[in-house]
Amino acid sequence: MPVLCTRSMGAAMATVVELRTAVALAGRFPALSGVDLSVEAGEVVVVLGPNGSGKTSLLRTCAGLLNVSSGTAVVLGCDLREDRVAVRSRVGLLGHAAPLYDELSARENVRFATRALGYPTDRVDPALERLGLVGRLRRTPVGRLSAGQRRRVALAALVARSPELWLLDEPHAGLDAAARRLLGELVEEAATGGAAVLLSSHEPDLSVPMADRVVSLAGGTITSSSPGGRATKLSVVDLPAPLGAGGSNVA
Amino acid sequence: MWRDALLVAGKDLRIEARSRVGLWQVVPFALLALVLFAFALGPGPVALRAAAPGLFWLAVLFSTVLAIQRSFAIEGGEGTRDGLRLSGLDPAGIFLGKAAAVALQLLVLQLVLFAGVVLLFGARLHTPWLAITASVLATIGLSAAGVAYGALSAGLRVRETLLPLLVLPVLAPVLLAGSRAWAAALATSPAGGGQWLKILGAFAAVYVVVGVVLYGPLQEAA
Repeated sequence: MPVLCTRSMGAAMATVVELRTAVALAGRFPALSGVDLSVEAGEVVVVLGPNGSGKTSLLRTCAGLLNVSSGTAVVLGCDLREDRVAVRSRVGLLGHAAPLYDELSARENVRFATRALGYPTDRVDPALERLGLVGRLRRTPVGRLSAGQRRRVALAALVARSPELWLLDEPHAGLDAAARRLLGELVEEAATGGAAVLLSSHEPDLSVPMADRVVSLAGGTITSSSPGGRATKLSVVDLPAPLGAGGSNVA
Repeated sequence: MWRDALLVAGKDLRIEARSRVGLWQVVPFALLALVLFAFALGPGPVALRAAAPGLFWLAVLFSTVLAIQRSFAIEGGEGTRDGLRLSGLDPAGIFLGKAAAVALQLLVLQLVLFAGVVLLFGARLHTPWLAITASVLATIGLSAAGVAYGALSAGLRVRETLLPLLVLPVLAPVLLAGSRAWAAALATSPAGGGQWLKILGAFAAVYVVVGVVLYGPLQEAA
């Protein structure tokens, strides 16, 4: 089962990611140079930036895969500078390369990912069905699947693991229109369920409407931040009706 | 840890059963090595019988390197390597699982090689318990040390060529002790076989402990 970090953030527990002037190293080389970013539970943050801007490094840092050499980096209450391993079982990272074994079927791959966390395997079939992986697709070795289908299997593993922090690195790549719509639904469901989502993208048309907040990354630092489409949509939904308009709303 | 080890071993063995790399590459390689050694020694049955234990363990040793390389090739992609680190599995459990999967494959390989030694060299086993115990202990040592060194070289671009350089000298004591124990088992009197079992047991124990303790840091460094 997931390991809870001993260093709790106390009152600020709703903050899932807290980076302050965080510098992360990929090997000996700086991958992030002083990033300031916070992501709250239930929030979807999209990271935009050109190739080499540090988007993947940012996500890998939040997953506890890169070494944070200076600044503050706390993810899910775990101080990454003290213990970056503890957070790993609580995040779900969809990277460029899917963490799948070619010889195993979609079902076996998702089952392995689920059992590794000690979760019951009755999560596996519903997750596969949610991603449209039914019938023969479920039993086919993933090495024989298309890139988009492999992406779906990796997403199914994330759904089965239901992480507290979703880290999606250019998740639209290789997905057809239907799968992209499904991805949008999954992100929305995850955020509505209280998980935080940090998503990097090259495709603002697809990703910005999903976001509460959009940040731009360049040269390993955050250069700007603006509201995304989800924030606008939610604020419209949340707006109370004008007094007297419906008669039943009380301010 | 044990649950994780079973999970990883099951996964690795299932992948091996599907890919059949062991069946179509490692086993033929080991048998080929055995035949080539026999060619090098010539047709004299006495010399072949005397060399049989050493040749058997040399073939096992070279096959171990292939099996270890294969075990880490499974996790060779960036995705699967990260996936294992993010899986929530105990690194000690991953080590034990991978070592157990390699050990099981090596034990099956030894059965095939033993048949080869009997057929090619005319070897006869007089003390089966000694040979079996030596095989089990040596296999634990080979797989534990191999997986530990496999983890050390896993993230390197030159891992295919580096692994044999790192691991073959380390495994030399197993070659020596395994050969001597098997020589005793093949002889009409097993005198002295027990002391080689102690060496094999000590080697296995040391590398199981080393792997359990160090696999996590090695995985991080790779």
